[in-house]
Amino acid sequence: MNAEYMIRTEDLTKVFGNFTAVDKMNIEIMPGQIFGFLGANGAGKTTAIRMLCGLLKPSSGKAMVAGYDVRVDSEAIKRKIGYMSQRFSLYDDLSIGENIRFYSGIYQVPYKVAMERAKDSLKMVGLDLSMKVMTGSLPLGFKQRLALVCALLHDPPLLILDEPTSGVDPMARRAFWNVINSLAEQGKTIIVSTHFMDEAEYCHRLIIMRSGSVLVDDSPRALKEKYGSRNMQELFLLLAGAVNE
Amino acid sequence: MNRRIPAIMLKEVNHILRDSRTLMIVILMPIMQLVIFGYAMNMEIRGIRIGVYDYRDSALSRELVHKFAATESFQISYPQKPIGEMNRYFYQRAFHAFLIIPADFDHTMVRQNQAEVQLIIDASDPNAATMIQNYSFAVVNMFNDAERLLPIRVKTNILYNPDLKSAYFFVPGLIAMILVMISALLTSIAISKEKELGTMEQILVSPIKAHEIIIGKVLPYILLALIDAMLVLLIGKYLFKVPFVGSFPVFLAFTMLYVIVALSLGLLISTIARSQQAAMMMAITMTMLPTMMLSGFMFPIASMPKALQLITRFVPARYYLQIIRGIMLKGNGFAQLMQPGLALILMAAVLLILAIKRFSLRLK
Ligand SMILES: Nc1ncnc2c1ncn2[C@@H]1O[C@H](COP(=O)(O)OP(=O)(O)OP(=O)(O)O)[C@@H](O)[C@H]1O
Ligand SMILES: [Mg+2]
Repeated sequence: MNAEYMIRTEDLTKVFGNFTAVDKMNIEIMPGQIFGFLGANGAGKTTAIRMLCGLLKPSSGKAMVAGYDVRVDSEAIKRKIGYMSQRFSLYDDLSIGENIRFYSGIYQVPYKVAMERAKDSLKMVGLDLSMKVMTGSLPLGFKQRLALVCALLHDPPLLILDEPTSGVDPMARRAFWNVINSLAEQGKTIIVSTHFMDEAEYCHRLIIMRSGSVLVDDSPRALKEKYGSRNMQELFLLLAGAVNE
Repeated sequence: MNRRIPAIMLKEVNHILRDSRTLMIVILMPIMQLVIFGYAMNMEIRGIRIGVYDYRDSALSRELVHKFAATESFQISYPQKPIGEMNRYFYQRAFHAFLIIPADFDHTMVRQNQAEVQLIIDASDPNAATMIQNYSFAVVNMFNDAERLLPIRVKTNILYNPDLKSAYFFVPGLIAMILVMISALLTSIAISKEKELGTMEQILVSPIKAHEIIIGKVLPYILLALIDAMLVLLIGKYLFKVPFVGSFPVFLAFTMLYVIVALSLGLLISTIARSQQAAMMMAITMTMLPTMMLSGFMFPIASMPKALQLITRFVPARYYLQIIRGIMLKGNGFAQLMQPGLALILMAAVLLILAIKRFSLRLK
């Protein structure tokens, strides 16, 4: 497989019992791209993401991530990935500093280096808080930005963010996407899943998933031209209708 | 240098110190269990009601009754109803036993240098009945000694428990039960909680190895469980007055071993249980009943059916009980405790390896 892709899948499939959560997914993601996974609840976004992170074993098909096969080299892949899971997953009962110390520890990043990076990232995401503040006392929008800071501690080339903006107000969502943009400008490859169709506009390229299948795979502009719709919301309704028939 | 294990340990210590529920399990639960079980099971009898029919009613007979009344164990009173109605009293549980002193008590005592009194005991609780019998013998002996009359003594000789204090037996048993239960509970919760919260997913997405998670999780709890061991030991010693003949370092070493077995069991449970709730249930049922029934705590292993005896070999408390009874009551050292010690080492190794093997770095 070509090393110039950051991610490439071939008929990647995940079956739970007799339910197919991800059905023959074929995608290619280039380095430096912001790649959107869009789709309604249960479309299979999280399942696909977990396979790419090495958290779930594919039932069939193939996926290469950062040059490694997810079936074989999940440990090598894990070093390359910064992951924000769909559920907020820092520790509420630890302070900001303690969370940072913990995640730098399990990625074996020297504490000093991690602290430097954390300070930079905190500035970038617009959090100006003492390290001693308890994570549990923060509003959700702050927590999600903090989770992103922790995911960046080991300076991964690939960021996988599963619904980072759900439950966050529109202003904060916008700010979050600005951060994602500047990370891409730094050369990171970023996968973002969301079920907000308007967020598709921020992606370089996106897929829309439904019932485990990839419906479309293109840039937002090409998609709008192709379907003659003004915005992604409209496009999505169009596509959803088409599938319902 | 591996920084992952210390990272997990440090985080775990912070959780422990901040989670009032863990602290409650660790501090309050053992105290409550020991005190409640302790008093409930304390077979050292107290407040045994004895009805006295004294048909002689002389200075000498009253002296005997006095001796009974003077012990903490017996409450003496004179029933209203005639002796023929004794069964009634038993049915109503108004009395546990009756002491009947015949009219010729003084006479035979002085003349023949021996006398008979009758003791009728409600044996619906055989354990209690035996206790009452033994205590009564002891009282009669005291009386004999004091009056210098009777040459006949009831001689009982009970090894390792000369005062018939059952606390000597149940405190080690409770230590064994509390430690295994709490240790298994703590680790099973520590992992299943992270699965439930979703934080485990965030850990698993890092390049960490199964044994690093497991070891990082277990180490802080060893310390915690040892603190518990000290706590129950102190309560046993000062509240229930159980002696501690042996060496403390030996006790500590074997207790650490036992705790590692229990913590590993908890880890294994957490790899099977799907939720925190299920993990807690499993941890409690897998430790409490076997430890009570099949470790020699309540029932002697030698008197069990062969099949059950075989099962007891898989109950860690069986070995630990043998060890701490040996240390606390007999002053055993390492040399005498090799065999049960080896059994525990084997169990710890098997459970730990199974837990690491079963712990999956992928999600289900
Ligand atoms: N471990 C599992 N076992 C069985 N079914 C599962 C499992 N995980 C996910 N599913 C099912 O697979 C389907 C896809 O789920 P997935 O979480 O990937 O969707 P999603 O697109 O991320 O949705 P959401 O927007 O709600 O996060 C759902 O119907 C879900 O119930
Ligand atoms: Mg999802």
